[in-house]
Amino acid sequence: MSSETKQILTTDGIPLEVSLKKAERRNKIKAFLLVAPLLLFIIITYVFPIGDMLMRSVDDKMVTEMLPKTFKAMEKWDGKELPDEEVFAAFHSDFTKLVDEKREGKLSTQLNYTKNGFKSIIKKLRRKSKSFEEGNYKEQIMAVHKRWANVEYWQAIKRRAPAYTGQKYLKGIDMFKNENGEIVSVPEDRRIHRVLWLRTLEIAFFVTVFCFLMAYPIAHLLATLPMKYSNLLMICVLLPFWTSLLVRTASWMILLQQQGLVNDFFVGIGLVADDNRPEMMFNKTGSYVAMTQILLPFMVLPLYSVMKTISPSLMRAGKSLGGTPFVAFWKVYFPLTIPGIGAGCLLVFILAIGYYITPALVGGASGTLISNQIAFHMKSTLDWSFASAMGLMLLTGVLAIYWVYNKLVGIDNIKLG
Amino acid sequence: MASKKDFVKFDKVDKSYDGKILVVKDLQLDIEEGEFVTMLGPSGSGKTTCLMMLAGFETPTNGEIYLDGNAISSIPPHKRGIGMVFQNYALFPHMTVYENLAFPLRVRKIPKDEADKKIDKALSMVSLQGFAQRMPGQLSGGQQQRVAVARSLVFDPQLVLMDEPLGALDKNLRESMQYEIKHIHESIGVTVVYVTHDQSEALTMSNRIAVFNDGKVQQLSSPDELYEKPVNSFVAEFIGENNTFAGEVSDISGGKCKVKLANAEILANPISVKGKGDKTTVSLRPERALINPNDKMDNVHNGKIEEVIYHGDHTRVRINLLGNSEFILKVPNSSSNLDIKLGNEIKIGWNSEDARALDPK
Repeated sequence: MSSETKQILTTDGIPLEVSLKKAERRNKIKAFLLVAPLLLFIIITYVFPIGDMLMRSVDDKMVTEMLPKTFKAMEKWDGKELPDEEVFAAFHSDFTKLVDEKREGKLSTQLNYTKNGFKSIIKKLRRKSKSFEEGNYKEQIMAVHKRWANVEYWQAIKRRAPAYTGQKYLKGIDMFKNENGEIVSVPEDRRIHRVLWLRTLEIAFFVTVFCFLMAYPIAHLLATLPMKYSNLLMICVLLPFWTSLLVRTASWMILLQQQGLVNDFFVGIGLVADDNRPEMMFNKTGSYVAMTQILLPFMVLPLYSVMKTISPSLMRAGKSLGGTPFVAFWKVYFPLTIPGIGAGCLLVFILAIGYYITPALVGGASGTLISNQIAFHMKSTLDWSFASAMGLMLLTGVLAIYWVYNKLVGIDNIKLG
Repeated sequence: MASKKDFVKFDKVDKSYDGKILVVKDLQLDIEEGEFVTMLGPSGSGKTTCLMMLAGFETPTNGEIYLDGNAISSIPPHKRGIGMVFQNYALFPHMTVYENLAFPLRVRKIPKDEADKKIDKALSMVSLQGFAQRMPGQLSGGQQQRVAVARSLVFDPQLVLMDEPLGALDKNLRESMQYEIKHIHESIGVTVVYVTHDQSEALTMSNRIAVFNDGKVQQLSSPDELYEKPVNSFVAEFIGENNTFAGEVSDISGGKCKVKLANAEILANPISVKGKGDKTTVSLRPERALINPNDKMDNVHNGKIEEVIYHGDHTRVRINLLGNSEFILKVPNSSSNLDIKLGNEIKIGWNSEDARALDPK
C-alpha cells in the first residue's frame, strides 16, 4: 500500500513534491534575499573577525619565518646538548639577513617573550657579528656572550619553531611549556590571570544574584500594577537604560567616592566616622554597585514579559485550593517565571562576564575584570595574539555556560520578551 | 440530615472599589446547604464581585458574610476551604493533571495513598480516568474544564464557587457540561454558587437563581417561578422573551386591573401596581398568547402580521398589536391550519392572569 502511494502526482503528472518545491522556490528566494543583507553583515562583522581572532591567537609564524634555515637545521637536533655547527651556521645566515633587513629587533622581542634575556644578547650579537670570520660559527657566537653557550636559550629558540602554538592560551591561565615540554604553572607571585578569571566569574555571579533579587519584585510590581502606574514605573526602569553608560558610571563615581554623597550621608546619620569613610570606589564594591545598577533592566525586562503572561487567577486558584500565599507563590507562580529568570540570569551573567567600561572606571585595581586585561593587551602591550586568545577563552566560557544552561533548564524554556 | 437554610449568608453587604460607586448594594442573600444557586445578571451587575467576596479575594466594604454560621470576612481565602472553578480554568500549566488535583490535598497534608484514592474518585467523577499524567496544555477545552471541576471538588469542600466556568466552550460542549455539572452536584450534594450571564445555563442547572442588576438582587427564586412570575420588568425582560405594553392603571378590582394603553384597554394581573393612575409595564410571555383563541380568554384583540420567521419547530410571528409593533408570537409548526401570512389581520387572545402588570421601565 505504502509503495503504491509513495509518489503522488499532480493532475499534470508532475510528482507532487517537485511541484511543491517549484511553487515555493520563489518565496524561498525572496525570503533569502530579505535576510541576505543581515547575513552578509554578520559574516563580515562577526564570523570573519572571530575567525581572524582564532588565527591570531595561535599564529606563531613570525619567528618561524625569520629563522627558516635555523629551524630546518634544528630538525636533526635532539635538544639535549648544545646544537652542532650546522645549526649555528644556519642561525648566523638567518641573523645576517635579518640585520640587513633591520628586523633583528623584532626577533629579540619575540624571543624575549619565550625566555627573558634574549634582548641584550641579540643586541650584542648584532654588534659582534659584523666582524665574524667565515666558518666555525659555533665558537664565534658562543664567545659573544655566555648565554649563547647555554643550551636553554637554544631550546627556547627551538620552541618557537612551530608555525602554530597554544602558548598564548596557556599564558592566559598562568601556565607555560617549560624547557622539557611540560605544561606547568608560573610561579605563584607571577600569576595574574587566574585571579582575574576567578574574580570575573565571582563578580558576574554576584551581580547576577543581586540583579535577580532586585528585579524580581520590580518585575512583579510592573506586571500587576494598573496600566497607568506600571507605565510610569516602566519608564523609571528604562530611563537609565537610555542614559549613556559612561554618564551612569560617572554618576556612580560622584556618589560613591570617599567625599561623595553616600559617604556624606553615612557620616551625616552617624553611621561612620568622618575620618574613617569607607572606600566604595575603585574596588570590588564599586564594580558590584555600578554593574548591578546598569545591568538591572536586562533582568527586569525578561522577567516582566514572562510575568505579564501569568494569569492572576492562577495565584487565586492556588490560594482557594488551600495554599498559603507563600505556597501559592512558591509552587505556582515561581515555577512559571523560571523561563524569565533563566533568560534574565543568562543575559546579565553573559553581559557581566565581558563587562569592560564600568570596571575600568570604578573597579580600581581589585575590581577590574578579564576584559580590562584584554583591553590592556590590545592597547598597551600590543600583544594582540594574547588578547585574541583571552577573548576566545572568554567566548568559550560563555558558550560553555550557555551549554550548561541548556542542559539544566533547556534553551527552549527561555523567554527574552 | 437537616440542611441549614442559611449555610451561606450575605448580611447587608456593600462593596465599593473607589469609594464613589457601590457595585454591590445592601446584599441580603441566604443559600441553603446542598443548594445550587446561580447568580445571573448582565456584566457589571456585581455578581462576580459577590462571588469574589465569598471566595475571599475581595473584602466587603460593609456588612458580613457568614459561612456555616461563622463570619468569614477576616479569614484569608486559603483558610476558607471553598472550592473554586475559574473562568479560564486556572489550571497550573506546569503540573500534570494528577499534580493539579494533588495540590489541594498536599497543602492539607493528606497521606499519599488516601490522596491517590481521592484523585481517582474525582477524575472518574468527570470521566477523565487515564488522563492523570497529561499536562493541561495537552487537553481540549472541555477536558480542562472537567479537570478544573474535579480539582475544586477533590478536597471535599462544603461549598464550590464557579465563575462562568463554561464561558470559553462552544455551544454543544457547554450544554453537555451543564448537565454534567448538574449531575455531579446532585450526586455529591455539595453546595454550589454559580455565576453566569447566560440565562439558559442558569435555568438548566439551578435550584434557585438570583438575578442581579445594578448591584442588587432583583429576584431570588426557582427557575420556573423566575420565568413564569417575574417580580419586576427587569427580570421579565432579562429572562426569556417578553412582550410589553406600557400604560396606566385605570381600575383595580378582584385581582385584576385594567390598563389603559394609548388607544385601547387591556386586562392584567396587578403585581407591582397599587392603585388607579399608576404607570405600569404589562409583561406577557409570547407562548401565552394564542391565535384565534377557542377558550374564553378575557383579552382578545386584532393585530396585523408584519413579519414571519421560520424556526424549524416553531414560527415566530411579529405582529402590530395595540400600537406595539414588536409583539412576538410563537406558533408551533403543527398548527398548519392557521392562516399566517404577511399582512393578514388575525385575532390574538390571552388570559389576564398571564399579563403581569409590573413596574414601569
